[in-house]
Amino acid sequence: MKFPIYLDNHSTTPMDPRVLESMLPYFTEKFGNAASRNHAFGWDAEEGVEAARKQIAKLIHADAKEIVFTSGATESNNLALKGVVEMYHEKGDHIITSSTEHRAVLDTAKSLEAKRGVKVTYLPVDKFGMVNPEDVRNAITDKTILISVMFANNEIGTINPVKAIGKIAKEKGILFHCDATQGVGKVPIDVQDMGIDLMSFSAHKIYGPKGVGALYVRKKNPRVRIAAQMDGGGHERGMRSGTLPVPLIVGFGKACRLCEQEMAADAARLSVMRDRLHATITKALEDVYLNGHPTERLPHNLNISFAYVEGESLLMGCKEIALSSGSACTSATLEPSYVLRALGVGAELAHSSIRFGLGRFTLDEEVDYAGKRIIETVTKLREMSPLYEMAKEGIDLKSVQWAAH
Amino acid sequence: MAYSEKVVDHFNNPRNMGSFKKEEDGVGTGIVGAPECGDVMKLQIKVENDTIVDAKFKTFGCGSAIASSSLATEWLKGKTVEEAGKIKNTDIVQELNLPPVKIHCSVLAEDAIKAALADYQKKADSK
Repeated sequence: MKFPIYLDNHSTTPMDPRVLESMLPYFTEKFGNAASRNHAFGWDAEEGVEAARKQIAKLIHADAKEIVFTSGATESNNLALKGVVEMYHEKGDHIITSSTEHRAVLDTAKSLEAKRGVKVTYLPVDKFGMVNPEDVRNAITDKTILISVMFANNEIGTINPVKAIGKIAKEKGILFHCDATQGVGKVPIDVQDMGIDLMSFSAHKIYGPKGVGALYVRKKNPRVRIAAQMDGGGHERGMRSGTLPVPLIVGFGKACRLCEQEMAADAARLSVMRDRLHATITKALEDVYLNGHPTERLPHNLNISFAYVEGESLLMGCKEIALSSGSACTSATLEPSYVLRALGVGAELAHSSIRFGLGRFTLDEEVDYAGKRIIETVTKLREMSPLYEMAKEGIDLKSVQWAAH
Repeated sequence: MAYSEKVVDHFNNPRNMGSFKKEEDGVGTGIVGAPECGDVMKLQIKVENDTIVDAKFKTFGCGSAIASSSLATEWLKGKTVEEAGKIKNTDIVQELNLPPVKIHCSVLAEDAIKAALADYQKKADSK
């Protein structure tokens, strides 16, 4: 086994060597600008880009012409929300989104509220982190121009009822944007069947390169229009100017092709591993809580709160394993995970949460080792925890008057 | 974030981790922090003839919080009650090389020392 062990695949994934191989010629021999129409260098680059566009579109059941390349999912989310608001401002000024969206959607929505006077409804989620489609329906007004709900959550892996939301959006004639950064390439996504009009995703979450993403923009039924947020040479059908990063795009295409071929097998293998890890941990430790949905979740995601133990110290205790925590101490904001808080998880348990993100290259022995080390470290830290001691003495921690600081 | 070697050392080899019985003679207990804030420290001192002869801690919190309280117990042992009251959070910051975002851990440790001393005093006065 090689150390450190990488179990943070929601954050980013290692690039598949087959992806790297596909990219290499486009750095050197085929270095042309895909927009150069009058020589072979440009044609080669364009051919690479268009082949990739097809591979990407195929994975999500879209047409190649509906793929707009961006620098990543953050840009795609910005472009979708800002582009729709700018284009359809005469139709209305209301957006519906959910409280557990990625910051790239939430902060874009907040910026639109502040700078453009857009009204935003942030829908609550249930205790598993799921948006209720009926809440979406009830939030719709005659001013609603966009519904933006994520496919699957990046922390807890809960998969939203996207198809039901898409159906409501169609019924009401409102555009539906889906941030599918965590879902694409991991579970089957069909933009036709699910009624998605705009969809954000990126390459580096699916074993492709960092620095490239896409926004799917529906071309018919309805034809979606967005205002460009980057002015320039009019690339990408005028929606996103800027010279295309050809090697990255070629790699993105290859990554999608591999996902199309291997997604089902990866998901089956990883969900078995994930379930075994969960079972091992719950068997060995008491007061362990699953965050997110028990079944409607990404196959490679496990998010657990270990009561009486703070997340950052747990990560420090097994630092040969790369994991992530919802603890305030691991966030830039010094607040515990807003996603877990939105589920109604208490702040103390949010501080105690650990996210395991398995991936294509995760080995059985790595997961078994991680399980063993987590159990050891939680046990050690609980011995050190005054909260565990109090709980063992039968003190109800909620009844204690804590001196908040 | 990378931790200083001293923080890692205290985290891996915590000094004086454990508990005294609260009602025991000469024992002062300070519990500070809150679970919602992500850190709770319990610091205990055992005093004989005005000198702290032993100290113990238990901490729920990040590595720096655990290290701050572990270091505090090390420093408390052998000090008089009066000397113990003079330990400052800035001393802990300096010793452990805590970065700015972790200064609150040292503040909590100072608060825990003060709370333990106050508890000891209260028990002594009520006799």
